Amino acid sequence: MRSAKMLTAVGLLAGTSLLLAGCASSTPAAEPENVQLRMTVWTANEDQLALFDDIANEYIETHPEVKSITFEPLPFEDYTTTLTTQVAGGKAPDLAWILENAALDFVDSGALAPIQDTLEKTDGYEFDDLSEAATALWQKDGELMAYPFSTSPFVMFANDDLLQAAGQPTAAELQAAGKWNWEGIAEVGAAVNAATGKAGFVIRDFDYTSWDNLASVWMGWGAQPWGDDGASCEFDSPEMVDAFTFLHDAAFDNKSMPGPGTTADFFAGESAFTVTQISRASVLPDSGFSWDLLPLPEGPEGEYSMVGQAGIGVMAKGENAAVAADFLAFFSNPDNSKKLAQWFPPARTSQLTTETLAAANPVLSADQVENVVIPGIETGVVRPGHTDSAKVGQTVRAALDAVWTPDADIEESLGGVCDAVEPLLGK
Amino acid sequence: MTTLIKSPTGRASARPVGRRPLTHVQRDALAGYLFVAPQVLGIAAFVLVPLALVVYFSFHEWNVLANTFTFVGVENFERFLSDPQVAPVMRTTGIFSVALVFFNITLALLLAVMLNRSLAGITFFRTLFFSPVVVSLVAWTIVWGFLFQDNGGVNGALEVVGIDGPNWLREGPTAMAAVVIVQVFKNVGLNMVLFLAALQGVPQELQEAARMDGAGPRTIFARIVIPLISPTILLTFIITIVGSLQVFAQIAVLTQGGPGISTTVLVYYLFQQAFLFGEFGYGSVLSLVLFLIVLVLTVVQWQLRKKWVFYEN
Repeated sequence: MRSAKMLTAVGLLAGTSLLLAGCASSTPAAEPENVQLRMTVWTANEDQLALFDDIANEYIETHPEVKSITFEPLPFEDYTTTLTTQVAGGKAPDLAWILENAALDFVDSGALAPIQDTLEKTDGYEFDDLSEAATALWQKDGELMAYPFSTSPFVMFANDDLLQAAGQPTAAELQAAGKWNWEGIAEVGAAVNAATGKAGFVIRDFDYTSWDNLASVWMGWGAQPWGDDGASCEFDSPEMVDAFTFLHDAAFDNKSMPGPGTTADFFAGESAFTVTQISRASVLPDSGFSWDLLPLPEGPEGEYSMVGQAGIGVMAKGENAAVAADFLAFFSNPDNSKKLAQWFPPARTSQLTTETLAAANPVLSADQVENVVIPGIETGVVRPGHTDSAKVGQTVRAALDAVWTPDADIEESLGGVCDAVEPLLGK
Repeated sequence: MTTLIKSPTGRASARPVGRRPLTHVQRDALAGYLFVAPQVLGIAAFVLVPLALVVYFSFHEWNVLANTFTFVGVENFERFLSDPQVAPVMRTTGIFSVALVFFNITLALLLAVMLNRSLAGITFFRTLFFSPVVVSLVAWTIVWGFLFQDNGGVNGALEVVGIDGPNWLREGPTAMAAVVIVQVFKNVGLNMVLFLAALQGVPQELQEAARMDGAGPRTIFARIVIPLISPTILLTFIITIVGSLQVFAQIAVLTQGGPGISTTVLVYYLFQQAFLFGEFGYGSVLSLVLFLIVLVLTVVQWQLRKKWVFYEN
């Protein structure tokens, strides 16, 4: 009898619990509380992380439901791989920085939650202030999927001390003499290498592996790796062959660029010129040499400019996507965008002014901001991107290795690149 | 319906009537199971379950970003059979393994023989050759990466003796040689210590007797020493071959599989497919292939031991 009573009691208890659970599930979703947001980033710069923390703390003060916001630096080299692995392991961050070369993969796949509605509805956000050029890469079906927090132009830094030590004109003198073109850079770079043993020009982060950085050169020849539709390979186009012939000559013949397996760091005074993004200017005051900043040199097709972009997306698989989107709206509002502008050129047209950018970048002169930075952002083209970016990138890298030997047949090698990558482009 | 019974000491026991106490054999068995339980649980959690999951994943296509997980039958296995990259990757894996096993075992045995004597300061040299084993693999590889640069230390040393060194990491054959060199020097100390221990276990009387019978050093080494240390040779072969098939960090740090795909071994190819390209289904097939290769090689070597390994008993 005791057993029967016990069973009845347990049954009633279970039934009541189920009923209550059912009632609970039919009520509106509870307000989130004790939310812990996590954003993956690729910077480990302490000043930048401190600013992010300040912005986050300010947000938390007015949003008691958010318990903490952490910024998790991941190594830049493996950033996308690590992020994807986190997603695969069920540990997707709430927000993530996204590299431009992986933008199409993230935007098209559905990995990101739409953010446009949240941004537009946030008081004082001024959504229409975001430049169309900056947001183009991050849209899907006309809706913004990630916020382009950095639109950083590629520029040419010059070490005037090294140029003078090699008996060459300074960068400004070269420009004034009408020789600010790749041919002139190669000529001076070769002379610097011959006179000092140091490097002429360096395409930073290329290292004969990250080939997409070479876009800062081949754009001057009017070349592009694939057609606008992304389906046809153009590595074997005459423009690209000419651009790679220039680079091959620079690496193996006139030695104006360090060859494969040789490294040279401009910021350590080891090369006369380097192509890199404007954000690197922050380390120059400690470099110990006089430097200058100019736009990318002209190519045979004339002037051109290139920008590097990075976006912040809200991961759709994150548990707190709505709160994360709200924090992103705060993180990128006009006030915070202005604060972030000292490292990350903003996507807001109202802030693309000499006054704002010069104040945010005390290392740069007003002339440099006006003549190099702003035109670079306004007219710059983003690096080539493609869906399935990792596989396309690796396939091109492996095939391009044939170019980087002293006796390479450039045209044939680039034809080999197209043979290798074309099956992937057509997918 | 439990009944309390009195124990001989007069205290009540909750043992149900009718349940017999465990016999000695059963108690021993229980203790044995409890002793092996942690190991069994560990193997189940970190070997068997992942292996089962890899088999499961190999029949699926998993798009991490799109959050789709689709059953595709044997499609990934068919892709493996038609993948044009597989043949060169397998060839590269074979070349790397053969070169590593040959140079590692030979050098380890040579060093062990040289260091198997009682000389002043011999411990220093033994420590010296063993020390790379305890150095961080990535740190070791990064340093070698600098040394193998075109203007690095290796070519600098070659230049001193009038040799114009190659651009080690940028040419296919030398890139493979560089990876093998880095791995040989990293682990040769471990095999050397194993050989050294084995050599010191070879009875001196046997060598004395052979010497008195007129055998020279080479004959003694080939006919006495080698057979007596053959169990250790088998062990080092298995360890080195299995290790060679798992080489990853050296490739990732030094060459990223290049130039071209000349140093892309099976493990690195697996990593590329699964973690760089997000092809977890196909990556699972590659890991199954790797598992089978390691299994077959180990079983074959284990079976062959009966023919050439000498055991005292």
